[in-house]
Amino acid sequence: MSGWRMLFYKEVLRFWKVAFQTIAAPVLTSVLYMMIFGHVLEDHVKVYDAVPYTAFLVPGLIMMSVLQNAFANSSSSLVQSKIMGNLVFLLLTPLSHWHWFVAYVGSSMLRGLAVGMGVFAVTVWFAPLQYQAPLWILAFALLGAGLLSAMGLVAGLWSEKFDQMAAFQSFVIMPMTFLSGVFYSIHSLPVFWQKLSHLNPFFYMIDGFRYGFFGQSDVSPWVSLAVVSVAFLAVSILAIQLLKSGYKIRG
Amino acid sequence: MPAISFQSVSKTFPAKSAGSQPFKALNNVSFDIAEGEFFGLLGPNGAGKTTLISILAGLTKATDGRVLVHGHDVQKDYAQSRRMLGVVPQELVFDPFFSVREALRFQSGYFGVKKNDAWIDELLTHLGLTDKANANMRQLSGGMKRRVLVAQALVHKPSVIVLDEPTAGVDVELRQTLWQFIANLNREGHTVLLTTHYLEEAEALCGRLAMLKQGRVLALASTSELLKSAASNVLRFKLNGQLPEALASKARITGRIVQFPAKDALDIENYLAAVRQAGLTAEDIEIRKADLEDVFLDVMAEGKV
Repeated sequence: MSGWRMLFYKEVLRFWKVAFQTIAAPVLTSVLYMMIFGHVLEDHVKVYDAVPYTAFLVPGLIMMSVLQNAFANSSSSLVQSKIMGNLVFLLLTPLSHWHWFVAYVGSSMLRGLAVGMGVFAVTVWFAPLQYQAPLWILAFALLGAGLLSAMGLVAGLWSEKFDQMAAFQSFVIMPMTFLSGVFYSIHSLPVFWQKLSHLNPFFYMIDGFRYGFFGQSDVSPWVSLAVVSVAFLAVSILAIQLLKSGYKIRG
Repeated sequence: MPAISFQSVSKTFPAKSAGSQPFKALNNVSFDIAEGEFFGLLGPNGAGKTTLISILAGLTKATDGRVLVHGHDVQKDYAQSRRMLGVVPQELVFDPFFSVREALRFQSGYFGVKKNDAWIDELLTHLGLTDKANANMRQLSGGMKRRVLVAQALVHKPSVIVLDEPTAGVDVELRQTLWQFIANLNREGHTVLLTTHYLEEAEALCGRLAMLKQGRVLALASTSELLKSAASNVLRFKLNGQLPEALASKARITGRIVQFPAKDALDIENYLAAVRQAGLTAEDIEIRKADLEDVFLDVMAEGKV
C-alpha cells in the first residue's frame, strides 16, 4: 500500500470511529430541517411547477450536508492534529504535498457524501423526488464535496486553534450555505439579493445539483459546472501550494 | 559517505512582535556523523539542539546551509532522506483515536511498508508493550507513550535513529530497557543521534559528542578525548558554611557539596588549605575522576559566545 492510501484509510477510520457524531448527527439535523420547514412552508411556497416544496427542499438539504461535512472533516482533523501535536507523525514521513492533498480531500469527500447519502436515504420517503439527469447529480455532489474538502484543508492549515476554525465555519461556511438557495429559489428574492447570490459559489453547487433532480434550475447547469469547477481548481491549487510550502506546519 | 552531514546550518526565527529581535537559534553549524556512530548532542536549554534535529527531520527549514542524510538533501530529496530517518520527538504526542497497534500500522503504511506485523510484534516485545498492543493511546501512562514513540520511529527500519531527549521524565527501569535496545540497534549498524540532559547517559553511550551553546558548536570530539581534556581529577567535599567569593567562582557547588577540578596533589592541598584559612571545615572528602559533567561545565563556562 503506498503511503497516501494509508493516510486516506486512517482519515476515514478517524471519522468512522465516531460515526454517531460525524455521520448520524448531521443526518438527523437535516431531517429536522426538512420536517420543520417542509411542514411550515409546504402549502405556502411554490418554486417550480409540479414540484412540491418539500421535494424542492430535499436536494438542497442533501447538498448542504455534503458541503458542511466535507468541510468539517478536513478542517477539524488537521486542527486537532496540530493542537495535539500528532501531526508530527505525518510530517516525518516521505509523503508529498500531493499525497496529503489526495488523502485529506478524498477522506473528507467520503464523509460528506456518506452524510449526503444518509440524508437522502431518510428524506426520500417524505417527498416525491424526480431524477431527471443523474449524471448532473453525481457531478455536483463530487465537485461540491471536493471544493469544500479542499476549503477545509486550507482552513485547517490556517487555523492555529479551534476558535479560529469555528469562526471560519460560522462566519464563512454557514452564511454561504444558508444564503445559497437551499430553502428557496433565488428568483423569489429582490433583484439586489439575486445579484449578490450570483457571487456565491455555493449557489451554483445547490442549483446545479437540484437541476439533476428536477431538470429545472435558476441558471444553466453548464454555467454552474464551470463556476464550481473553477472554484474547485483554484482552492485546490491554493491548498497544494500551502502544503508544499509547509504553511504553518513546517517552521 | 557520512550518515548525517550538517553543512553551515543557520536558523533565524523572525521577531515575534514589533520591537523584539529576530532570534538566531543556530549559527553556522557544521559537522558530520559517520555511519554506525553513537553520537551525542549536548547543550543547555535553548542551545539549538531541537532546532538542529527539526531541520534534519524536515520539520523546520534552515535559513542557510544544508543537511544531508546518506548524501540525500533533507529539503530537495526529502522522500529519500526521511525514509532513512527514525525520529523520536521530544514532546509526548499521540493520536487519541487509535490503539498502539493501529498507530504503528499507520506509521508503517505512511512509509510504504506493507505487511509489517512481524516487525511490529518484535518492536512491541523489545519495548515491553505486547500486552498494551490493543489499548487505546489515551489509556497509556507517560512512560508507555514514550515507548510507543520509540516504536513508531523504528517501524520502517530506518538506518539512522534520532532521539530527542528520550529519557526526560522517564523512570529508571524504562531508561535501562530503552538504552539496551538502542545500544543493540547501534551494534547492529544503525547510526544513533541523541540529545539528552543526562550527562552520565551520554558518557556511557556516546562514542562522540558535540556541545552546543547559543547555536554554535563549542566542542566536537570523541567522548574519551573530551574526558581527557578536563582536569583529570575532582576534589569533592561537604562544607559547613559559605565559600569566599574567590574560591566559589572556581568550584561547582550543589547545596553543601563543593567540587574543585584538580590536576595534582598540590592543587588538592591548596584548596583544602584555603578552606581552612576561611575558617571552614571540609567533611567527607573524596577525590574522583573527572566526568562528562565537569567537561560540560568547563566548556560552557569558557565558551563565551
